[in-house]
Amino acid sequence: MNINKTAEGSFLKIKVDGRLDTTTAPQLEEELKASLDGVTDLAMDFADLEYISSAGLRVLLSAQKTMNKQGSMKVLNVNETIMEIFDITGFADILTIEN
Amino acid sequence: MKEITVDATLDNIETVTDFIDAELERVDCPPKAMMQINIAVDELFSNIARYAYEPEKGPATVRVEVDPDSPEVVITFLDHGKPYNPLENEDPDITLSAEERGIGGLGIFMVKKTMDEIEYEYRDGKNILRVKKKL
Repeated sequence: MNINKTAEGSFLKIKVDGRLDTTTAPQLEEELKASLDGVTDLAMDFADLEYISSAGLRVLLSAQKTMNKQGSMKVLNVNETIMEIFDITGFADILTIEN
Repeated sequence: MKEITVDATLDNIETVTDFIDAELERVDCPPKAMMQINIAVDELFSNIARYAYEPEKGPATVRVEVDPDSPEVVITFLDHGKPYNPLENEDPDITLSAEERGIGGLGIFMVKKTMDEIEYEYRDGKNILRVKKKL
C-alpha cells in the first residue's frame, strides 16, 4: 500500500494505492490520526486502490466519524469490486462517494 | 490440490495470499474474483491468527483446489485451535448510521456475500472452514 497526501489549507486529499487490508490498514489509521487536525474537507482518493477488507472499512468508519464532527469527507474514484463491498456492507449509505 | 502450512500470525497473511494468487493466476482467474478471494483470505486467515490459539501460537494450513475442467476454486482453512464456527455469528445490521455502527462481524459477512459457498466443520480436533468461488 502507498499513501500520498495533498494538503491545502483545511483541505486534505489522501490517495491510497494497493490493498487496504489487515496488514496495511494500521498504516492508514496512523496517517489519519496524525493528519486530521484542523482538516474540514477530507477526500480519500481510491483510483489506484485494488480492494478493501473489513480492517480497511474499520479505518474508513472511524475517519467518517471524525469528519462528521469537524467537517466532511468524500471518497473518490471507487472501483467496481470496492463499490460492491460498500453496497454489501451498507457503507454506500454511510460514505459520500463521488466517481 | 496444493497446500501451505504456516504459523497462524498476521504477518503470514501476505505469504498465504501470494500462495493463493499464484494458483489463481495459473487458471486465469478473473481479476474481480481474485480480489474477492484475496479479501476472503484476509478475513478468514486473520481470524485464525487472532483467535485460534490465543494467547499461544500455532500453525494453520491453507489448501487450494482448482479443477481445470470446472470453473471454480475451493479454499480450505485448517487449524487445531479452539473450536470456533464463524458462521454462527449474527449478521451485522448494515442499515445503521456511521455513529451507530460497530464493525464486528463485518468480515465474515463480506465473505458470505462474495463467495458462492462457505461451510464449517470441527473434525478430528480441527476447525475446517471451506469456501467455494465460481470463476
